[in-house]
Amino acid sequence: MPAATLTARSLIATPAHARTIGSVEGRRAFAFKEVGKRFGDKIVLDGISLDVRAGQFLAVIGKSGCGKSTLLRLLAGLDRPSSGSLTLGADEEGHGRTRFMFQEPRLLPWMSVVKNVEIGLTGIASGAEARQRALAMLDEVGLADRAGEWPSVLSGGQKQRVALARALVGQPQILALDEPLGALDALTRIEMQQLLERIWFDQKFTAVLVTHDVGEAVALADRVVVIGAGKIALDLAVPVARPRRHGSAELAQIEGAILDRLFSRG
Amino acid sequence: MSLAARLARNGAAGWLLPAAIIAGWEAAARAGLIPANVLPAPSAVAEAFWRLTLSGELVRNIGVSTLRALSGFAIGGSIGFALGLANGLSRLSRGLTDTTLQMIRNIPHLALIPLVILWFGIDEEAKLFLVALGVFFPIYVNTLLGIQGVDPQLVEMGRVYGLDRRALFFRVILPGALPSIFVGLRYALGIMWLTLIVAETISASSGLGYMAMQAREFLLIDVVVLSILIYALLGKLADSLARLLERLSLGWHPAFQKG
Repeated sequence: MPAATLTARSLIATPAHARTIGSVEGRRAFAFKEVGKRFGDKIVLDGISLDVRAGQFLAVIGKSGCGKSTLLRLLAGLDRPSSGSLTLGADEEGHGRTRFMFQEPRLLPWMSVVKNVEIGLTGIASGAEARQRALAMLDEVGLADRAGEWPSVLSGGQKQRVALARALVGQPQILALDEPLGALDALTRIEMQQLLERIWFDQKFTAVLVTHDVGEAVALADRVVVIGAGKIALDLAVPVARPRRHGSAELAQIEGAILDRLFSRG
Repeated sequence: MSLAARLARNGAAGWLLPAAIIAGWEAAARAGLIPANVLPAPSAVAEAFWRLTLSGELVRNIGVSTLRALSGFAIGGSIGFALGLANGLSRLSRGLTDTTLQMIRNIPHLALIPLVILWFGIDEEAKLFLVALGVFFPIYVNTLLGIQGVDPQLVEMGRVYGLDRRALFFRVILPGALPSIFVGLRYALGIMWLTLIVAETISASSGLGYMAMQAREFLLIDVVVLSILIYALLGKLADSLARLLERLSLGWHPAFQKG
């Protein structure tokens, strides 16, 4: 098997209430089996196998163009694999319960903030129920008082919070995040990471975060997968207790180990 | 707040310049600087207005012209809008019709007047045909551009979130194309009056253009000037209505959120 598997056991002792990975307990959220994807002659993904447990927070990192976004698009059903298979967990109903959060907020500028959140309930709820659920979700992301406004008056971080509310209002089982915090300034970013972690912890969905920021991956994820040359180059657990403190020595150590692997210094 | 700033705020400032021009014109005419057979004084034009209003001639002619303008606009505009939508949404439809339409677009529609007179005589159909043809292209081109310009990222988002084709059209594509459609609408309204004036001047037996041409025959220069002024006002009225519609439906657009 080409994938190098490395556990962080040697780095950090597993804290008691950290969620463990790779264990048989808990159901499976999704599994990639020898998945390949090519665009014309270009091989983007080459035999990816990945088994993810429900409720896990998985981060996928890699240099740009390594195929990490393609992996996410396959998961969300936006693209089909060229080879191999992708199975969703037993009680998933197709891709309908997978939500996608884009790099850009992609809010409809001609709809109010709450109407934008209601888009996330298409086919799930409508009318007064949709409005009520959308408002509750906006409250969750701290924007209940902006419900009636146009998206154009919100800041970048607020727009991304509305996009998060839209993604989560339908209570998806899997949330796919394609570098959603990439365009935010450093402080807003940390704030968003904490918000994301808190909501994930409450709602127990499976999160798959694609990012190029190793610090962000380590701060949020239970498990970090590094993609290189279309294959899984590293699959690492991050057994650090939550809530995590930004810049703690434990996180920095794991981040260092991943960076070493990325640049082959390890 | 200064008077000028206050006027600018409620839109009255735009009328200061026309008012000043009329006042200067009146003064120059009374002082004998402008001979009455070249350009009558505004007061003489106002007199003509009153005379024609009393006789009912003015109201009738404005009515006839407005009806022609609006019917031509409705016909040409709706065909242009429908084809713009079809060609914006369907590659097949665009492949079939766009080349032909672009070729026709490059013929100045007023160049067809001799042909149109041969076809329809000087009846209503001739005017309707010309106005419809004139407004068709701005509406068609801008509807098509608007739909093609809708952010593909938003369309992808709509698909990912499970919007069906109908919802995708009404909630994502049409609102996204609307600013461009309004540009086409305002442009088409200008062409609508222009076409109608030319058509009525050349061949008509009623309407504002006919009224102006009759007045020319009888050297009633005050009526000629009056017709021209009424065209200006009608054009402004149409534009204001379009702007109002635009403000009502584009409230989300940052350009319309001030004040």
